[in-house]
Amino acid sequence: MNETVIGFGQDDAAWICGGCGEKLAPGPATLEYMGSEFCVTLMRCPACGLTLISEELALGRMLRVERLLEDK
Amino acid sequence: MDQKGLRDLEARCIQEEPPRCRAACPLGLDARALCAAVAAKNMTGAWAVLRRHMPLAGVLARICDHPCEEACLRGQAGDPVRIGALERAVAAAPEPRARPLPMPKRPGTIAVTGSGLSSLTAAWDLAGKGFSVTILTGSGGLGGRLAQFPETLLPKDVVTAEIELLKKRGAVFKPYDGPCVDAPASLLGEFDAVCLGGDDPSLPLSLTAPDSTEFPVTAALETPGLFACGLGADDAPYSPIRAAAEGRRAALSVDRFLQKVSLTAGRPPETQATRLYTNIDGAVPLPAVPMADPETGYSPDEAQEEAGRCLDCQCLECLKACPYLEAYKGYPKVYARRVYNNLSIVKGHHADNILINSCMLCGLCTAICPEDFPMADLCLSSRRDMTGKNVMPPSAHEFALLDMAFAQGEDCALARPAPGVPDGAVKRAFFPGCQLAGLSPDGVMAAYGALRDLFPGQTGILLSCCGAPARWAGREDLFAASMKTLRASWEGLGKPEIVAACPACMDMLEEGLPEARTVSLWEVFDQSGLAVPALQGTAVLAPLDPCTARNRPGVRDAVRSLLRKAGAELVEPPYSGELAKCCGFGGLMSEANPELAKTVAGRRAAESPEDYAAYCAMCRDRLASAGKRALHLLDLLFPDETQDPAAQPAATVTKRHDGRAALKRTILREVYGESLQEEARLQLVMSPETAARLDARRILEDDLRQLIAQAEAAKAYFLRPETGHKLAGRRIGNVTFWAEYEMTDAGCLVHNAYCHRMRIKTDAKEARQ
Ligand code: SF4
Ligand code: SF4
Ligand code: SF4
Ligand SMILES: [Zn+2]
Repeated sequence: MNETVIGFGQDDAAWICGGCGEKLAPGPATLEYMGSEFCVTLMRCPACGLTLISEELALGRMLRVERLLEDK
Repeated sequence: MDQKGLRDLEARCIQEEPPRCRAACPLGLDARALCAAVAAKNMTGAWAVLRRHMPLAGVLARICDHPCEEACLRGQAGDPVRIGALERAVAAAPEPRARPLPMPKRPGTIAVTGSGLSSLTAAWDLAGKGFSVTILTGSGGLGGRLAQFPETLLPKDVVTAEIELLKKRGAVFKPYDGPCVDAPASLLGEFDAVCLGGDDPSLPLSLTAPDSTEFPVTAALETPGLFACGLGADDAPYSPIRAAAEGRRAALSVDRFLQKVSLTAGRPPETQATRLYTNIDGAVPLPAVPMADPETGYSPDEAQEEAGRCLDCQCLECLKACPYLEAYKGYPKVYARRVYNNLSIVKGHHADNILINSCMLCGLCTAICPEDFPMADLCLSSRRDMTGKNVMPPSAHEFALLDMAFAQGEDCALARPAPGVPDGAVKRAFFPGCQLAGLSPDGVMAAYGALRDLFPGQTGILLSCCGAPARWAGREDLFAASMKTLRASWEGLGKPEIVAACPACMDMLEEGLPEARTVSLWEVFDQSGLAVPALQGTAVLAPLDPCTARNRPGVRDAVRSLLRKAGAELVEPPYSGELAKCCGFGGLMSEANPELAKTVAGRRAAESPEDYAAYCAMCRDRLASAGKRALHLLDLLFPDETQDPAAQPAATVTKRHDGRAALKRTILREVYGESLQEEARLQLVMSPETAARLDARRILEDDLRQLIAQAEAAKAYFLRPETGHKLAGRRIGNVTFWAEYEMTDAGCLVHNAYCHRMRIKTDAKEARQ
């Protein structure tokens, strides 16, 4: 397990859960790639758990970590 | 690759061989580096070059008789660089302060007789190594034959200053008062080794160089411990550089003698023929820069100009042609080691994965290299090594491999005799290849029609992918599997001749399906007398050979013949024929390194002002993506009068993907008269910018359709109340795709899409799915 990184996009609070109508709230999540796991905090629906990954996170920090792990 | 394999490979790249000037210098002085420093008016750097290679540089730089100039390559384009005069100009410039520290003392006492340049050199080298050196001098002043040089050329105080430096290195000067120096039995009793110098008339030797094969190499006389240098005949013209070289030779032997190692084993040659190749095709001949005052030599400005004539001899032929080789700050010799090291790392950062995965595997470097350096083999075998050890970065080739599987799957693949042709009667099967099928389904339809007309009753079609992506990705397992499927289809058709449109397919088929005869569609069209319509509009075209046609002169000729039949005037671009360049698709470069592939296509685009006429679908597409006007030969053979084929934009990955599947359905419907149920598909609407973004991110519209349909069905999406946009993600294979969209009457309006490979382990909804 690696250190906690906060996984919010700047814009995440603008979304609500389409199914439950709930506002999103930060919650713990585990990200996995190539056998490595990371505990992160991501925005998600408090009712159903649907978790959001923003473009900012996917193409920024996540991509960098993916590349690092691929070249490890 | 093992250590030996690496060394053999490294030895094939001759970029690190010395330039001719250096190879010809008995001291190995790096005149190329000297010229570079002088041309940059960096006299400190120039002095450093002199000091690094020359004993008593202040002296020798002024009087060297420069055998390098005779060898200098500049002599083949004007006068040789006047290296001797440049050294003199450097020596005339004030020397910077820093002096090398003396070496720690080592045991061993050495006598050097005479103070000519050979003796001083031997003493210089030996003192520099830390030995105790005593220079036994004659009755005249110091310097021996150096006295013959005029004061204007070699001022006395320069000699004195260098001798002072020699003393600082620890050498001691003593007048010699013993018996004849030719019989130094007494000296050998007193010193561990003795070096006799022959270029000091005040301490004459009656010795002549012994007539042995060893002496010119070792400077050793018969008596162990006794060495001699500077033995040129007194009446021969004095060569300071030879005298210095002989002193250095004797010093090296003394060192070996004192260390009790062989005088000859593993001894590097003093001068050697160099294997360095330097292309001087573009060098404009230039005469030597004249000296305003030959007496004082070059002024600093004149020296700078003269040094600027140096050709900076290097090879780097392959780098001039290949942007990939240029991109990683080295050259193949360096890359071979980096690749080797990268493969050897077990744990840690593999910084050169990208180096291995970016090569286009096009073979241009090998065609250009004077030593046929096999960069493509190196990179391909390394990729196989990586996939074999399961350390290939999964993102590098995954999209291409999935695309290949799709092209080989039931949505796209087809093997059929033409209508009315009985099973087993197919003599020719058209194999357009997956890229042409995707990029130009109409062209493929037309070509299939033409083949059926040319060869009625014996034609069939074989739609699939040749497996090139698997080969390029280092996945021989997948390549073998592709070929197995293809072989079964081919046998099912009755083992026909395969008529392939793409030279890359031909390569793969010839290797993976050697029993099949594979011919080029273009040769078939050219030889069978296909009616070629006259060209509309532009009549000047530059034939664009793909790298895969490098070894296919017949195909290249057929293409040119067809272009001429259409009335085109042909202008050959640089890098055609055997030197054809890759467009950036080869070796899956555009997958593993899209940025570099863009540079590659841009360069290729800029190489001709004419419209390109391509016959590889990917070449045409990549050139179009670089904004270059380019048409495909099929556009010319089967023109669609309503559009300008050279102006068509590049296709997105989705267009290629969907085009392939559409081609199969069209053929089944229109050629075989089958009625097919068209599935209702979710209509996606997006701006050209969004489409381009999806393309760059390798996101297929089909994947978005799947994810949006699922999200809508399960109401598993996020909502942005003020805009009504929805955002949903879904894992498909090894990638999670996200779409920001809006359902409208016109269909699903896609605003954005992105993806990542990391997986959320704890997403509740995903867990339920
Ligand atoms: S062409 Fe390239 S690989 Fe060949 S010797 Fe020159 S630098 Fe080395
Ligand atoms: S052109 Fe320059 S590098 Fe080449 S041989 Fe002459 S001095 Fe040396
Ligand atoms: S891309 Fe082609 S020319 Fe460049 S290194 Fe690879 S095989 Fe050689
Ligand atoms: Zn919810």
